[in-house]
Amino acid sequence: MPELIAKSALAGHAPLTRAATTLAEAPMTDITAIAPFPGQTKAVNAALKPLGLSFPAPNGQSSNGPVRLLWTGREQAFLIGAPAPEMGAAAAVTGQSDGWAILTLSGPLARDTLARLVPLDLRETAFPVGMTARSGLNHMAMVLTRSDAATYEIMVFRSMARTAWHELAEALETVAARFDQMA
Amino acid sequence: MRLTCPLCGPRDRREFYYYGAEDYLHRPAADAEPGAWDNYLHLRDNPAGLTNDLWYHDMGCGAWLLVTRNTVTHEIQQVQAVAAPQAAKKGAAK
Amino acid sequence: MRIEGRGQIDRTKPVRFRFDGREMTGFKGDTLASALLANGVKLVGRSFKYHRPRGILTAGSEEPNAMVEVLQGNQQTPNVRATVQELYDGLRAQSQNRFPSLRFDMLSVNDLASPFLSAGFYYKTFMWPRALWEKLYEPLIRRAAGLGSLSGRHDEDPYEKAWAFCDVLVIGAGPAGLMAALTAARAGADVILADEDARMGGRLLSDGGEIDGKPALVWVDAALAELAALPNVRLMTRTSVTGAYDDGTFGALERVSLHRSPAPHLPRECFWRIVAGQTVLAAGALERPIAFPDNDRPGIMMAGALRAYLNRYGVAPGQRVTLIANNDSARATARDLIAAGVKVAAILDTRPNASAVEDCPVYLSATITATRGRHGLKSIHVAHAGGTAEIETDCLAMSGGWNPTVHLTCHMNGRPQWREDIAAFVPAPNAVPRLTPAGACNGAFSTAAALREGADAARTALAALGKSAPDAPLPLAEDTPYAITPFWETEGAKGRQWLDFANDVTTKDVRLSAQENFASVEHMKRYTTQGMAPDQGKNSNVGALAVLADATGRGIPQTGTTTYRPPYTPVSIAAMGAGGRGAGFAPQRFLTSDQASRDRGAPMIEAGLWYRPSYFPKPDETTWREACDREVNMVRASVGVADVSTLGKIDIQGRDAARFLDLVYTNTFSTLPVGRVRYGLMLREDGHVLDDGTTARLGENHYLMTTTTAAAGLVMRHLDFVHQAFCADWDVRFISVTETWAQFAIAGPKARALLDSLIDNAPDLPFMGVAPVSLGGINARLFRISFSGEQGYELAVPTRYGEALFRDLVARAETMGGGPYGMEALNVLRIEKGFITHAEIHGRTTAFDIGMEKMVSPKKDCIGKAAAARPGMHGAEREQLVGLKPLSDAAITAGAHLFTPGDAIKRENDQGYVTSVGYSPTLGAWLGLAFLKNGRARHGERIRLVDHLRGIDLLCEVCDPVFHDKEGTKLRA
Repeated sequence: MPELIAKSALAGHAPLTRAATTLAEAPMTDITAIAPFPGQTKAVNAALKPLGLSFPAPNGQSSNGPVRLLWTGREQAFLIGAPAPEMGAAAAVTGQSDGWAILTLSGPLARDTLARLVPLDLRETAFPVGMTARSGLNHMAMVLTRSDAATYEIMVFRSMARTAWHELAEALETVAARFDQMA
Repeated sequence: MRLTCPLCGPRDRREFYYYGAEDYLHRPAADAEPGAWDNYLHLRDNPAGLTNDLWYHDMGCGAWLLVTRNTVTHEIQQVQAVAAPQAAKKGAAK
Repeated sequence: MRIEGRGQIDRTKPVRFRFDGREMTGFKGDTLASALLANGVKLVGRSFKYHRPRGILTAGSEEPNAMVEVLQGNQQTPNVRATVQELYDGLRAQSQNRFPSLRFDMLSVNDLASPFLSAGFYYKTFMWPRALWEKLYEPLIRRAAGLGSLSGRHDEDPYEKAWAFCDVLVIGAGPAGLMAALTAARAGADVILADEDARMGGRLLSDGGEIDGKPALVWVDAALAELAALPNVRLMTRTSVTGAYDDGTFGALERVSLHRSPAPHLPRECFWRIVAGQTVLAAGALERPIAFPDNDRPGIMMAGALRAYLNRYGVAPGQRVTLIANNDSARATARDLIAAGVKVAAILDTRPNASAVEDCPVYLSATITATRGRHGLKSIHVAHAGGTAEIETDCLAMSGGWNPTVHLTCHMNGRPQWREDIAAFVPAPNAVPRLTPAGACNGAFSTAAALREGADAARTALAALGKSAPDAPLPLAEDTPYAITPFWETEGAKGRQWLDFANDVTTKDVRLSAQENFASVEHMKRYTTQGMAPDQGKNSNVGALAVLADATGRGIPQTGTTTYRPPYTPVSIAAMGAGGRGAGFAPQRFLTSDQASRDRGAPMIEAGLWYRPSYFPKPDETTWREACDREVNMVRASVGVADVSTLGKIDIQGRDAARFLDLVYTNTFSTLPVGRVRYGLMLREDGHVLDDGTTARLGENHYLMTTTTAAAGLVMRHLDFVHQAFCADWDVRFISVTETWAQFAIAGPKARALLDSLIDNAPDLPFMGVAPVSLGGINARLFRISFSGEQGYELAVPTRYGEALFRDLVARAETMGGGPYGMEALNVLRIEKGFITHAEIHGRTTAFDIGMEKMVSPKKDCIGKAAAARPGMHGAEREQLVGLKPLSDAAITAGAHLFTPGDAIKRENDQGYVTSVGYSPTLGAWLGLAFLKNGRARHGERIRLVDHLRGIDLLCEVCDPVFHDKEGTKLRA
């Protein structure tokens, strides 16, 4: 049995920087879907406690350093950055590490770039740091998280990573061209 | 058009998939008369005014929603999760 | 020509441009229209129908006449309003709707024929004979139709679409809009101020005047500086809000680079979706023309436009100006002209009792009975209280009053209301939820009133948002009352009086429409084409309905307006479809094996959003059939490898998972042993087949469902519905793992040998078994399932290893005389076995039709069971799945229809249709799957296959749909 080489969705794609704003693929990490069964919130939180996490409210996340639990939909959250704890019969636990491509968009034009593709209100008050939302990146399903003031993390299905990159890169180019014109 | 998803908040209609009338929630019993099934599957009102229909937060949280809206004014009166305890649940599978 | 010392253009920055090939110079800050007027150009276009010479009528986006083609790179943009197009160095524009030249236009002969071309001409003339519709009339009409022309090339330039959100959207940046924006912004609301002009200020830029004792422009600049400095304000110039939609959503078109030479990546336009909590509409008002004979000559323009050219651009469009008005507003234009040293020949006031005191002659009860000058106005004939006069004049400015720009308030079904005192329509209250009109668009025409209403509207918006504005004194400004006596048309005058300049509609056309009983305003519009040109009647609709009201003896409010619909100004399709070309058309989904397949020269075909290899050609193969036949033989004889990762995979867990599957599948999954796989059939609630696929039981409370590639999303939505609507409290959770696993089919008599070479101690799986396996420490899953009819396995690994595993599997297969196979071979293999795909379960077939009615378990309920049992959903009259073999070697086609030999080929005799075909190298013949009435009872019969589209008509034998290895010994081997 030869050793199989692992590849991320956009393996080898160089980051794109325009007007101090950078689009890049994030390194692969552990992603596990945790879906509590009815009435099991307490048990789920007990299982999450050793990680310093609790099950997040809609549009929110629970984090402890690099380990985060993002709300990703109805009765569902993604544990990112650590292997899943034993949940027993409290929750369905499903590996998702290979199912997603994670892109980061960081810099002064990040929000304006996303506004070309994402139908969400991204104003400071509506989408503060730490918020996470399920929405669309143009025609693609997406999990969007605001990591810090000028950084967004964009998760799309792995097979669509090239399209996501293409669309984000095009949007960044046009927004940067507008910026250059004003400067 | 915007719908306020009970979980996600106000969102553009592009995130949602339209299914059809609320009737789909009221599934007849397996042994119900054919007339009941015909009603359930095929007979629909077309009201000028308030209507209840089903939407799916497809590019969102995956919740099925019961939307009360006015077909004349386009006003959205209420959006409830189909699975929420307060939503009337009839005809649940036995 | 230019007037020294006037205007807001930058005279230190000359700008060169070309119009109809002639090089001219304007200044930075000019529009094409103002620069043309400064260069003495009066004739700029030809009208649509009669090709009459036309000049510049307005100074805004409502312009009906001065539409030109702008040439830029690959672009030839037609119908660009010269009054909106900003001048930039190197701008090239040309006049349109003329041949061979603007001054000499052949189709102006239409004007001479106009007595025959009145309203309804097309409807009356091109009715008969019917035979001429397509061959003569249509080409004739098409050639004459349309204004500008396109380049005929692809529009490759970038466009943009974007979203914006705010608490308060202010539409229009005149005095009302600026005041509203200031009030809302100072109170801390997020404000977007959008204005269609390149420069904010609205009429204040054109009308001059004073605010707080200083020139109005000083106030405008201060207001803009304050707004620009606030972090909660976004100023959007060159942005026309084009439509009001539900729940505070507005469409807006921004001209991003149309005012400059192109730059890489800089979009031409951006289509905005703006979502606002509250909106203040401060869209201003548009001046109305007056109808009198030949009121369309170049040199005749709106009084407010003339004032804009004078005060904003420092241009006097004429040397000897005359004004005609039914209200006081034009007087200010006359005074500005006189102050600028331009000769005003006369003011013609249609009112008998207006003031006659001005620094120029004033005629009261004045009407214009004739005008002269073909390519430019020379003189006019006037009738007035004291007699008649002929006035030499090269520029005539008219003001028939002002129409509030109510358009956006009508986009959600609102109807404007007539106000007698200002002879105009104003917005109905609450016509658009959460929108407050202010200023001139609300019928408040003075600057002071605009400022006051702007501030008040902002306070209304703030209150609705739960914010309050501190009391602040309003700036002081003129508050002249608006005095108007309606004057729509010149009664008793000879000659055509134009209403719709863009579409060449006259008062006579409107009266003819009424006479022919097209008396409703909506009928009149369509009969005469009034208001159907690019300006959508902005200049003319109110005048036209006033004439209609008079002709039908009704009042204006009873006559009503036509329906206002978005967009307010034209929106290019390219902007609305921005990003939707090429790779942006739809997401592309790529397999992990994508590069490996392309490396082998495989042509990729789309399967939904996925790209899958069609076949893997060898160097000596010249057709797809050769490759396909070889790949089929390869699978039947040795081993083939195919990427099947596109199939939907849904991980289902919970104590009620089995119960849930029993509900959504027709057959039973609660009885499936752990480690086994079962084929499942899923129905829609209406009894038709939704999807099929295999589901594996991985653990007591853990299943893995597969769906077809096509229906993966559909099935997920369906499962969510069934779960949330009928059993939300059940102990079941599911999530897509389609993207989490890369899965490869390994099929053929040597499949087992291949696996043995790969996996140490590979489990000896029975047919329809599943087991976890380790690939050098990587957790993988091995399924023994077959879609080819051969001994078959599917091996799934975490997606990150997909490419590596595919390359490895293919290399191993090749050492055994096998290799990769593509979609074509996969399709032939499954047709040979009679396996169905969505070609067969296309939404109208039942379990009975595909011979699977026994799979609907009698022991339990399932989705679709009740409906599937209804009469008509099963029985001999239904079209049932059969196999077809042509009696000759000829190819057959999917989509062909079936007839009983001897029957006439007509719809009533239709017996069914073909869904899938393929050439079977295994059987050496074409095979088809088809649906045939009572088909299962007709095996052995001959049936006639007819495909009119592809000219095929031949006989086939009806047979069992399973052509190959009916007993299934191979796949169980």
